[in-house]
Amino acid sequence: MNTLTLGAARISYELRLYFRAGDSVFFTFLFPIVMLSIFAVAFSTSGNIGAAPDGSGGISFAAFYVPGMVAAGMLLSGVQNLGVDIAGEKGDGTLKRLGGTPLPVFSYFMGKIGMVLVSSVLQVALLLLVARFAFNVTLPGEPGKWLTFGWVFLFGVITSCVLGIALSALPRTGKSATAVVIPIVLLLQFISGVYLNFAQLPGWLQNVASIFPLKWMAQGMRSVFLPESFEAIEPGGAWDLGLVALFMGLWLVVGLMLCRLTFRWIRKDG
Amino acid sequence: MYASLLVLPTVVAVPVAKPWAHSFSISTLRVRVLTPTLWFGLALGQDECQFSDLVLVPDGIAPALPECKHEAMTTGVPAVQVQQLKKSYGSAMAVDDISFEIHDGETFALLGPNGAGKSTTIEILEGYRDRSGGNVTVLGVDPQRGGLDWKAQLGIVLQSSGESGNVTVLEQLTHFAGYYPNPRKVSDVIEAVGLAEKAKMRISRLSGGQRRRVDVALGIIGRPRLLFLDEPTTGFDPAARRQFWGLINGLKTEGTTILLTTHYLDEAATLADRAGVIVGGKLVDIGTIDEIGGAAARVPLVRWQRDGVEHAQRTSEPAALAARLYAQAGGEVAGLEITRPSLEDIYLDLVGNPAGTVAAAETP
Repeated sequence: MNTLTLGAARISYELRLYFRAGDSVFFTFLFPIVMLSIFAVAFSTSGNIGAAPDGSGGISFAAFYVPGMVAAGMLLSGVQNLGVDIAGEKGDGTLKRLGGTPLPVFSYFMGKIGMVLVSSVLQVALLLLVARFAFNVTLPGEPGKWLTFGWVFLFGVITSCVLGIALSALPRTGKSATAVVIPIVLLLQFISGVYLNFAQLPGWLQNVASIFPLKWMAQGMRSVFLPESFEAIEPGGAWDLGLVALFMGLWLVVGLMLCRLTFRWIRKDG
Repeated sequence: MYASLLVLPTVVAVPVAKPWAHSFSISTLRVRVLTPTLWFGLALGQDECQFSDLVLVPDGIAPALPECKHEAMTTGVPAVQVQQLKKSYGSAMAVDDISFEIHDGETFALLGPNGAGKSTTIEILEGYRDRSGGNVTVLGVDPQRGGLDWKAQLGIVLQSSGESGNVTVLEQLTHFAGYYPNPRKVSDVIEAVGLAEKAKMRISRLSGGQRRRVDVALGIIGRPRLLFLDEPTTGFDPAARRQFWGLINGLKTEGTTILLTTHYLDEAATLADRAGVIVGGKLVDIGTIDEIGGAAARVPLVRWQRDGVEHAQRTSEPAALAARLYAQAGGEVAGLEITRPSLEDIYLDLVGNPAGTVAAAETP
């Protein structure tokens, strides 16, 4: 009966709840897979991206959208899922009940983050399977690429979780949570190279997006899934994995501080 | 174009700055930063008592819990001590100078109309709300500083909530039992609240009264020393309420201290040893169930009809009055009734409700 054991118990409890709630499974778990499928089908008759003038080489739209959708999944699982989920639990009395029990706050967070880690690993596995077998996307073969994938993914998901927990303090009621959280993540997805080709955005918008973590998650994932020839069209002319780690780390620290300062079981009235 | 550049940073400025603004106060710092125990847990003290799970007695109603008395019952320190408690929201006083004590093993009912300050008081004792003034100790601890080991000794049944409930009764209780150092046996608790047949059903599919029983079960699963029951039987059918009374009597036998709020005065009369009545944030009366309202409020009421007109009179000699009426009428008296004011009548008098029958009756 310690904090970690309780955290582990919370993880299995949270996972059970997560997969029983149909709307969250659809809107956060399957969303990137649905979006990838839509983009892949919509652009299936277009030529390859990055093809030579004679039409050879390059990659399909499906392959081009894989890194963005992986990054979107990381953001949605953490920020959108937890931001809405925790604000909802605050609104419906779940947190008030937990606050009256000897459950440590850390165990509660561990449950949430563990739930997101497990579900997002399943999500990205499913996404890559769909990309590989439904849309014939070639996945990287080098172990080094998968190592990069591993740390960017893990780091990114945990950062997203912490930001989601911090963001859950913002909505005044559980019902307003989606209205507060979804515009933020939607905007970030449009400016961070998830739906739109980041290299084609205006320079100032690229700079704005670079403040936020999603841009760096997407860039890290591009370095894994896109061929070397795409490195040159990055704004910095390189994948810049050091900056990817730095920015995600900064947001992780900011998120942790916000969680520590803002999280409470109930909204106290003074 | 540059105008939109200004808009974008506000997207991050809102989530970053606003929670900071409304919570970065001195008290927040004290609570959040200087109480890491709430975040990372403490070694929880093991209760000596390992046996005595809820056992249903043969009539299937009253669970007996006789084997195990809680420790630290003999210190003489009241389980709950409230001195000059005040709570204001802006200029409105929700709780205005309330003092009372609840002794170890006692069942105390807090009565009063909606909005009188009952829930505010109880939530201050539970540690959910900070008080504006006065002193409070609960199991010897200031609720504003209570850690996880303190919470492990409490059972809290809040007013009903709207949780999604995508877990079964059994899953929920098993999970919550894991939070406590010495929980009751899950199957016994489910049996005791009368949900044995619904144990594998999701909480979301239960009726309102059944969900309320889950709340009660979650409140007692941790074998609390002190149990808070905030309107616990709302939505119960009469049979479920009787069963609940049996359960509470079992907990009392075990030595559990109970603080109860209810709108059912028969429930308070049956369960509570003492009661306090709160009206408009002030404690207007406190005493044992037999004393509350004072002796005058308990004077019996005699009602009768004469020539189709209702009469009522309060008298300490109701039989003599009835005999006089009998003599006057030369036979049976139409509509004759002799009643002693119920706790509900006395309560309605205390809270100044014009529906109080006793208050409306003429006095001799």
